[in-house]
Amino acid sequence: MTLAAEINETSPEKLLSPVLSAFWDEPGSWTLDTYRRHEGYEGLRKALAMSPDDLIAYVKDSGLRGRGGAGFPTGMKWQFIPQGDGKPHYLVVNADESEPGTCKDIPLLFANPHSLIEGIVIACYAIRSNHAFIYLRGEVVPVLRRLHEAVREAYAAGYLGENILGSGLDLELTVHAGAGAYICGEETALLDSLEGRRGQPRLRPPFPAVAGLYACPTVVNNVESIASVPAILNKGKDWFRSMGSEKSPGFTLYSLSGHVTSPGQYEAPLGITLRQLLDMSGGIRAGHRLKFWTPGGSSTPMFTDEHLDVPLDYEGVGAAGSMLGTKALQCFDETTCVVRAVTRWTEFYAHESCGKCTPCREGTYWLVQLLRDIEAGKGRMSDLDKLNDIADNINGKSFCALGDGAASPIFSSLKYFRAEYEQHITGKGCPFDPAKSTVWADKPAHPTEVNA
Amino acid sequence: MTATPANQEVSLGMPQLPAPDYPADVRARLDADAKEVVARYPDSRSALLPLLHLVQSQEGYVTRTGVRFCAETLGLTTAEVTAVSTFYSMYRRKPGGDYQVGVCTNTLCAVMGGDAIFDELKQHLGVGNNETTEDGSVTLEHIECNAACDFAPVVMVNWEFFDDQTPESAKRLVDDLRAGRPVRPTRGAPLCTYKETARILAGFPDERPGAVEATGGAGPASLIGLKLAKGETPQHRVVHPRAETPHDGPPHDPSPSEHLSSHDAPQQTSASDPAHPAGPETEEGE
Repeated sequence: MTLAAEINETSPEKLLSPVLSAFWDEPGSWTLDTYRRHEGYEGLRKALAMSPDDLIAYVKDSGLRGRGGAGFPTGMKWQFIPQGDGKPHYLVVNADESEPGTCKDIPLLFANPHSLIEGIVIACYAIRSNHAFIYLRGEVVPVLRRLHEAVREAYAAGYLGENILGSGLDLELTVHAGAGAYICGEETALLDSLEGRRGQPRLRPPFPAVAGLYACPTVVNNVESIASVPAILNKGKDWFRSMGSEKSPGFTLYSLSGHVTSPGQYEAPLGITLRQLLDMSGGIRAGHRLKFWTPGGSSTPMFTDEHLDVPLDYEGVGAAGSMLGTKALQCFDETTCVVRAVTRWTEFYAHESCGKCTPCREGTYWLVQLLRDIEAGKGRMSDLDKLNDIADNINGKSFCALGDGAASPIFSSLKYFRAEYEQHITGKGCPFDPAKSTVWADKPAHPTEVNA
Repeated sequence: MTATPANQEVSLGMPQLPAPDYPADVRARLDADAKEVVARYPDSRSALLPLLHLVQSQEGYVTRTGVRFCAETLGLTTAEVTAVSTFYSMYRRKPGGDYQVGVCTNTLCAVMGGDAIFDELKQHLGVGNNETTEDGSVTLEHIECNAACDFAPVVMVNWEFFDDQTPESAKRLVDDLRAGRPVRPTRGAPLCTYKETARILAGFPDERPGAVEATGGAGPASLIGLKLAKGETPQHRVVHPRAETPHDGPPHDPSPSEHLSSHDAPQQTSASDPAHPAGPETEEGE
């Protein structure tokens, strides 16, 4: 019996909690019909029966925190919107998912777009908004198609448009495709972009809640945050709080990728550990071991195999020296060169820096120069301190978090893998064979060798 | 204005004359589309990004005529429009191919094989980053993380997903594109041209029958957690050569008509690599 109980405690059925992903395997999971069969738009009915202020308080009490990275309480964001100010209010959904490693919102919108639309209607009722926008990154046309179709279905069924379900709420929803700029995932850059400008972050204050889109009060929320709201309304805040921890309640999507046996989406209560996720899913790919991983995308300081038991919630990851971020668990095994990984991420930040703030614009450029030299075996020992120094001059010294994100992999990789950097310098080159890291590396007939 | 666009960008001489307008019929059609786009927003300037996608649907890149069109439509200067169009990587600044082939070389995909795929494609096509094949069919570029890391290595063609690629599957893919053979993504609709895709990005829904439904629901990796939670044993992505196919459904056996170009590829490679048939293993279920 004891044994059975233990197995039960660690079984995937016990550890995982599919809510948003609960019916992704059904045919036509993206359609309104399927969504309704799974109590779709029931949360909206319950929300519309409440007063907007009570609704905001309810979402606040549920403890839902933003799933886009920062973890700010969603209900509190809504509460900041001034009421009776005579200005239009806007809800803007940040679907510009592009943090390296992050791949949760795109599959969610591809398989279940109505959860987002229902959440949008609820949020707009709460903050008294009559126009909402979904800012979707442009590079995902299959998702754009499904959003166009889902919005059309929702209008036709009376969930959008005038006097929604007889509540008196009028709501227009516009799907807006971006055009390729990571920085537009930063909320104020996103607003500038949505206003038809270059996507550059704004100085805050004023915060978007006071002066956001068109200088009007605006809530900017991540896709997953808003999509989680209908279930909270439908099943209750106590149900939501029964998952996760006191300060990080609820369920969320963990995205496992890299050198693992089963990369994919795992929806679980906050606080699950990477060890639990790996144990249930076949672990690191056969014959290899975990070397380093990110808890929430490349902007969150990396972890090593020492951190397998860190609870993946806001407090747990924070206490271990990183951030939960987007729960993008990119796992790299011992075949991966950390200098190569960090160089590539840094090239990304240099490419995506909008150029507004000097520390980020110039700093990321010089980081790339130094890292490329080190990777190519042309570095000097003093370069390592210089890397640290430049990263320190970027970190916290720019308008937005892109600069901080660029500094994260530098700091954390130097902390855990300084010896590997030194090895590149003393050995005058990279000791790793990139071919061994590929997905097909462990197959007998190496495809590239056949062709060579 | 026969100078190449590359030359135009660095011109240091006399200011250029204003760009010519579109032919009257084109202008009338675009005006009607633009009106629809502008009507979606409380402030007309918000229509600028979609309008730039719209002008790409006309000419395949952002021309000076397109910039002028956006400026006139929104009451902006051409300088203001150009400042925006050059900020975003999806707006082409020179003519490109019908198919934009993007290989993800951000860290995770690069490590998992994206770098090898990109190198092989450059060699195979004889072009560099952001260059177009001589026949004008394929523009190759490396792209940043496209939110599909659980399907790495990822290749995008006109922003449709080609998941779990290998150098061989990617070469077959571009061969098929160049030969005009129909190509289907693993997630997304049967490919349309770059210009047609740009129109969807401008906010005009894809009207092709079956386009929304194509390739079904979530991809296999997206379902792994759900299957475990239901007590099913997921079919792991394969690390051994003879293991089962990574996805549900019968093992994929590419028919000759599917990959006519596979004669280019070493036969033993295709056979030894059942886990990674050409990108389009999506025909199943369609």
